[in-house]
Amino acid sequence: MNQFLRSLSPTQQVAALFLIVFGVLVIVSTAAFFLSFRERRNPVHDATWQAELAHFRKLLGTTWFMAVIFWIGWALGETVATVLFALIAFFALREFITLSPTRRGDHRSLILAFFVVLPVQFWLVATARFDLFTVFIPVYVFLAIPVASALADDPSHFLERNAKLQWGIMVCVYGMSHVPALLLLSFPGYEGKSAFLVFFLVFVVQTSVLVQHLISRRSQRAPFAPNVSRSFNWTSWGIGIAVASLVGALFSFITPFRFGQALAVSVIACIAGSMGHLVMKALKRDRGIPNWGQKGVGVTGANGLLDRVDALCFAAPIFFHSVRWYFGA
Amino acid sequence: MLAKLVGWLLLGVVRLLTGAQARWYGCPPKAEQRIYFANHQSHADLVMIWAALPEELRSITRPIAARDYWANTPVKRWITTEVFNAVYVERQAPASDPSAAAPDEARAVDPLAPLVEALRSGDSIIIFPEGTRGHTGEPQKFKSGLYALATQFPEVVLVPAWIDNVQRVMPKGEIVPVPILCSVTFGAPIRVEAGEERRPFLDRARAAVIALRDV
Repeated sequence: MNQFLRSLSPTQQVAALFLIVFGVLVIVSTAAFFLSFRERRNPVHDATWQAELAHFRKLLGTTWFMAVIFWIGWALGETVATVLFALIAFFALREFITLSPTRRGDHRSLILAFFVVLPVQFWLVATARFDLFTVFIPVYVFLAIPVASALADDPSHFLERNAKLQWGIMVCVYGMSHVPALLLLSFPGYEGKSAFLVFFLVFVVQTSVLVQHLISRRSQRAPFAPNVSRSFNWTSWGIGIAVASLVGALFSFITPFRFGQALAVSVIACIAGSMGHLVMKALKRDRGIPNWGQKGVGVTGANGLLDRVDALCFAAPIFFHSVRWYFGA
Repeated sequence: MLAKLVGWLLLGVVRLLTGAQARWYGCPPKAEQRIYFANHQSHADLVMIWAALPEELRSITRPIAARDYWANTPVKRWITTEVFNAVYVERQAPASDPSAAAPDEARAVDPLAPLVEALRSGDSIIIFPEGTRGHTGEPQKFKSGLYALATQFPEVVLVPAWIDNVQRVMPKGEIVPVPILCSVTFGAPIRVEAGEERRPFLDRARAAVIALRDV
């Protein structure tokens, strides 16, 4: 089996990976569908179990969504993938700004953020200008945005408003832009397989968030920071990281890393991702909302996007830079 | 053909920028003759509610556009007539006394005449009874046109609507819109009760619109 996989070309290997992922998803989704079908006709379990199942199906939906996105991104090439991630960043920033109150004086800064900063950042990624792309937002944009706000002549809550906007840009644009940037890292002997690296990062981070979520539901431990998250505690966090990192290490054969290296970068990505998820929860609590979707259930399909990508937004830059620093890729 | 293309394009842009989400609380989207009345905070309100309606209703619903703003350049005039299929109304100068806009008052041209004509031909319409854009979050007092139309066409269903967040997308005096999610909430229909006076009805209609802000 392993010999067979090694004999394939990189493209065929990636295609095989997607085939496996979609196969697993189809099996799990079919099982969940029949389970909920049977429950509806002839309920055996109580309401909590039903709610769990509904929740699980929602998570499954997210996974489908992500897998399809990655498949499209891979099938159509690096430029399309970059545009795709730029769109995700756009929608995520739109959600972030919607729920952070802005004033009239912020209008020009917002235009700058959406229509200048975001496209420029992703253009820098697409053209692989790594030296500029890592400093463009933290250096240039962070000094330019307050200037645009100051010129609007509205001093009230000035620091607060600017901090919100800059934070939104940092998470949604800067963080997200590091995911397609992974496609452009070059490791010796790893040409044409960068899609695996994106898959690796997303898979490991999502696993850690998922495992952590499941364990904290089962265990009755007291939450560590109940005002921010009612589910976060160190035990389930540790288990989540450990499981996901181990899974990441086992998948080291799809990466340019050795077993130990894959374990180390997985730990780094998982810590960054789960902590980022916690930070975004604190932001949501501050705004008094349970999640980033528009009030009620939406029809636009862009609702609650930030909930799904926040861990990735934090994990991607740290993963990217630690890998690039250590391996000199 | 061109109008259809521009309509599609505009719809795409509006959805990309704002989501243009329609939330039907209190009544389903249905092809009956209706008067939608909504709060008014931005010129883009008209575009929002047009984009939020489903395709089938959009073609039979005509928004009301102020002639002095929407018909002052050829491009805007073309878009409002060809794409939005809007009904133009003349805007009177904001009167200090709201009853000054009463339709029974003797004036050379009845400002409601184009609306009456649209309703007679069986179309639904979208009106903004505040008459002018508000600057605070609260809608201003409703003008009496809604009452006049409601009593003249008692069989037409009156649907309140709350347009949320549009003023943040394009504040007064700005040209470039900013992407922020917006929604239009449609509420339960109201009607003029037997013997109901003008002012109580208009206040009730305004309250029905404001109530949708928090659902």
